[in-house]
Amino acid sequence: MLTAPFEYRRAERVEDVIEWLSDETRETKILAGGHSLLPLMKLRLATPAILVDVSALRELQGVQEDGEVLRVGAFTRYVELARHSLINQKASLLSQAANVVGDLQVRNRGTIGGSLCHADPAADLPAAVLALEAQLVILGPNGTRRESAEAFFMAPFVTTLGRQEILAAIEIPLSTQNARSTYLKRPHPASGYPVIGVACLIDAIHNQTIGTARLAITGIASTAFRASAAEAQLVGGRLDAETIAKAASTAAINAPLDDDEHTEYKQQLVQVYVSRALQQVAAQED
Amino acid sequence: MPQVMGQALKRHEDIRLIRGRGQYTDDMKLPGMVYAKMVRSPYAHAKIAAVHVAQAINLPGVLAVFTGNDLKDELGLIPTAWIPPNSDLKMTPHPALAYDTVRYVGDAVAVVIAENPYIAQDAADLVQVDYEPLRAVTNPRDAVGPGMPLVHQEIDRNIAFHWSVGPNLDDVFNQADVVVKQEFRQQRLIPNAMEPRAAVAQYNQATDELTLWVTTQNPHIHRLLMSGILGIPEHKLRVVAIDVGGGFGSKIACYPDEVVVSWAARRLRRPVKWTETRQENFMVTSHGRDHVQEVELAGTKDGHIQAVRVKAFSNLGAYLSTAGPGVPTILFGLIVNGAYHIPQASADVYGVVTHTTPVDAYRGAGRPEATYLIERMVDRFAATIGMDPVAVRELNLIEAKAFPYTNPFGLQYDSGNYQETLKIALDMVDYANLRQEQVQLRKDGKYIGIGFSTYVEMCGLGPSEVAGAVGFQGGLWESATVRVHPTGKVTVFTGASPHGQGEETTFAQIVAEELGMPVDDIEIVHGDTARISMGWGTYGSRTTAVGGGAIHLATQKIIQKAKKIAAHKLEVSESDVVFHDGVFEVQGLPELRQLTFQAVALDAYLAWSLPEGIEPALEGTAFYDPKNFTYPFGAHVAVVSVDTATGDVRLMRYIAVDDIGNIINPMIVEGQIHGGLVQGIGQALYEGAEFDDQGQLLTGSLLDYAVPKARFFPRFETAHTVTPSPHNPLGVKGVGETGAIASTPAIVNAVMDALSPFGIEDLPMPLTPEKVWQAVQQAKGGRA
Amino acid sequence: MGELQTTVTMTVNGERVTRTIESRVLLVHFLREELGLTGTHVGCDTSQCGACTVLLDGEAVKSCTVLAVQAMGKAVTTIEGLETDRLHPIQEGFWAKHGLQCGFCTPGAMMATTYLLSQNPNPTEEQIRVGLDGIVCRCTGYETIVRAVQHAAQLMNSSTQTERSTEVG
Repeated sequence: MLTAPFEYRRAERVEDVIEWLSDETRETKILAGGHSLLPLMKLRLATPAILVDVSALRELQGVQEDGEVLRVGAFTRYVELARHSLINQKASLLSQAANVVGDLQVRNRGTIGGSLCHADPAADLPAAVLALEAQLVILGPNGTRRESAEAFFMAPFVTTLGRQEILAAIEIPLSTQNARSTYLKRPHPASGYPVIGVACLIDAIHNQTIGTARLAITGIASTAFRASAAEAQLVGGRLDAETIAKAASTAAINAPLDDDEHTEYKQQLVQVYVSRALQQVAAQED
Repeated sequence: MPQVMGQALKRHEDIRLIRGRGQYTDDMKLPGMVYAKMVRSPYAHAKIAAVHVAQAINLPGVLAVFTGNDLKDELGLIPTAWIPPNSDLKMTPHPALAYDTVRYVGDAVAVVIAENPYIAQDAADLVQVDYEPLRAVTNPRDAVGPGMPLVHQEIDRNIAFHWSVGPNLDDVFNQADVVVKQEFRQQRLIPNAMEPRAAVAQYNQATDELTLWVTTQNPHIHRLLMSGILGIPEHKLRVVAIDVGGGFGSKIACYPDEVVVSWAARRLRRPVKWTETRQENFMVTSHGRDHVQEVELAGTKDGHIQAVRVKAFSNLGAYLSTAGPGVPTILFGLIVNGAYHIPQASADVYGVVTHTTPVDAYRGAGRPEATYLIERMVDRFAATIGMDPVAVRELNLIEAKAFPYTNPFGLQYDSGNYQETLKIALDMVDYANLRQEQVQLRKDGKYIGIGFSTYVEMCGLGPSEVAGAVGFQGGLWESATVRVHPTGKVTVFTGASPHGQGEETTFAQIVAEELGMPVDDIEIVHGDTARISMGWGTYGSRTTAVGGGAIHLATQKIIQKAKKIAAHKLEVSESDVVFHDGVFEVQGLPELRQLTFQAVALDAYLAWSLPEGIEPALEGTAFYDPKNFTYPFGAHVAVVSVDTATGDVRLMRYIAVDDIGNIINPMIVEGQIHGGLVQGIGQALYEGAEFDDQGQLLTGSLLDYAVPKARFFPRFETAHTVTPSPHNPLGVKGVGETGAIASTPAIVNAVMDALSPFGIEDLPMPLTPEKVWQAVQQAKGGRA
Repeated sequence: MGELQTTVTMTVNGERVTRTIESRVLLVHFLREELGLTGTHVGCDTSQCGACTVLLDGEAVKSCTVLAVQAMGKAVTTIEGLETDRLHPIQEGFWAKHGLQCGFCTPGAMMATTYLLSQNPNPTEEQIRVGLDGIVCRCTGYETIVRAVQHAAQLMNSSTQTERSTEVG
């Protein structure tokens, strides 16, 4: 399995990348960790003429607090997401999700930007960024724009990212930094992708009223989605067995699943995994 | 001299393998080497209207593109090497490259040869083939129906053979108290040896010799078959396999790919390398299993099994593979009674061709299919008559005093105490308490299950006379040459061809023990037809039983000759000489005169003073044909828990009590058992090839087909009894396949036991969570 | 077609190497074909099996999913670079505990282990099994690999202690 020929360019300036992406005669793709793109290229399902390596771009690096948000550079690898102390403290959900992506070799290469732009419906991180209500910082010919994670994912493998645009960073509001969270995943026995992954973030300490509840689910539908109806049910309630059961069945009933012979089982998985994720959060130490 | 047989010595082969110094076929790099890439059919069944190669040939770096038409008059057809008797087997003409019809997805239609593998793939993408797609059939029972597309025009109803054994049992079944019927699907498995197949061919113009390095379990069989296909006499053809990265049966067959590179190397006068991708491995390397079985068991209300019969539709894929027809017949049908005294049995097998990847041996080859059906039927029978599955086993297992035991088809089981292994397994799992715990847990809505498999299998293939009688187109003896060098160091040449099983160590232990010398002074050479006179390879758990037997005999010949030389030197008669721990002594007077084995070896080579009629040098060759098959057996117990909310099956404990006869290296034996268990458990829970109606493989990569990983398993609990086999001089039985044979039904029996409160009797493998959950839902719905 | 070529420089097993290659050459092919380091194997095409695992700046990566040009300026360690004047404890562990049979996945498994133990010198059995999720072995059933890793960890920890005590003493 060998890729088709391509020209390799190592970008030093983000302006160059945007200019190169504007070449309409030759398909140009951005190479980050390569763990989404290279497998496709080896199958020759992707045959870009030019690959732009963005690993040296400073704009895509780093993790820092920036006012009301935690800014995570798009080139941040899964292993860094899982271990970075700032992310652990301020957006632990992202660390938890990154820690169960693929295997340790994959986590050493794959990046958050690569994963989000690839928009594989069976990826882990989309659930985490949805639940964290992250903003994506996108650079393009007209400067910088921000888009919510919710709006970014349009369809399987399709995002709002324009042809000349590049994802620079992910901004996570610090408003939920003290919330409890978990990412509960059921890995496929072969691929390790989530059959279902539930990202759950709740901002109530034990037995108190829930103010913010976020549930984002990946792997099971055509894109990752927020279980909004279930979230609404949780808000104002307490994280007890009854509320959890209600929210879980609401999430299952409202999940945007394809209608086929597996729907019933998928609904069951949504119900069980939402329920178990909420139970995990409820069991967390104050 | 410490005893070396029975010791857990570290493996000799590991010294190179742990340092990255192994020599796998794809590691070969020869001056001037070029690279082949196959152009493969995307259709399961189509007419080839035209193949357009001009664009590919014009790509810089491409040496040649050959199509099926270029090769068809140059090469013979690829044959099957197993023709079961009285089965009316029809050959499936198999050209190395298809030229008029493609019969499965992956069937090769052209080959590109280029200066590097990257260009070869670029060029292969430029070969355009005009196909006229045709209707395909993939299920073996469907394929025999009327109006189905034919895989080969000359094979009516797609039935390549029909093989039966045993009498008509209608009377027995009509009169029986209890008859249990069940259909089983032995799903298709994809072996997935971690090393993809590869071949490197080099033609030497000076000697007119062709050398083929290839990923094979049996280089000499490869040479024999390739010689016929290529039209190159065997003395001008050398087949080499140094390190082979696992086989599990998938590297037995002679494949089109190595035929094509061999032909191309001679044609182009350049060494040619071909290496399979994993994607190709999924598509074209032989698959395993794939039966639809209709099984019936007759018994009494008090638990005695009277008869078992099976009608099986075995899917052989598009072409009959090298050992393909032997697997669902001889290696399956003759042992469907399992480890039980069942007076009557019969098997009726349809060998069916379909538009799918050819099927051949896969770890266990036939015996897992037989063991699964009988072990599952024993449990179904026990449930039907309301007995404990252990009690039914205890009642029907062949008794220790019955050996040698002749089964309903005339197989002579060698030796054993089947009850004893079961007893040990019951103790290990603490059966009585576990059953109580199970009852308690059910009250809390928790479902655990206990599953048994008290198996026997036939291996150590096998006596050549039997091989002939059952239609195997070869012998099944083994060769060994033990060459003692003048310094007393030893090289052993074996016709077996281990590829991970560790016989470079095990064989050295045999020789070291018998000659009383350090294992490090012994080198085992295998996998090269130019260095080894003949051999039949490694499969069917035969290597130690048959190959080891040959080494033992060859070593004994050396000792006999050395003893004569020693007697001459010691000036006593031969009968007064004893040999032990590497030293020749005069009987009763050890302190008087001694000669080391090394000293005698040197004398043999110097030949200054040899006894009358003794030739110089010290070398023994034996061609050992075993008396019979060997029959490992044992009792396995699986304990599982089923999460009825998700359908997840969790393996909590696994106990394997095996009797594989004498054990030469317990560390290697344990490794073989573990590896087999994981493959057998994989079949029960995770693995299964699926084709769609058009014959497209839906499980065509490691992203879709679940080869088990480390985190799927608990620690295994193993134990042994030792009943030497009387069928070979070492008393060994074979251990390569027991785990894969025994574990699959143990797991499924355990899951069905867990699900018994829901009235679920059987589910088709693999027992995926969704399948289990659906069954539980249906059962709940049905009861509501 | 000159633009399809790139000159790469990296350090492989301590030696600096420079080659001009097609940009599309995968790191695993660079190691095997350009440098003749055939200890690193290719077992699949989809980044699942881990037979091609090497260390890139000390981190385990699957070299079939890394372009050689992406290793520019970095340090690569392959199985051939694991041992010094004697076997590495991980090699000792795999040998002593029968952590291999056919040996094909073994170099990748050992490199993954090297990284695993560098991150966690005392992993539990569960941590080893999960940590080796990126390795597919069809021969061993994994249990002996787990023992091999545990044995290697013991050897490494005891040798560290010995060194320390030597320093102190």
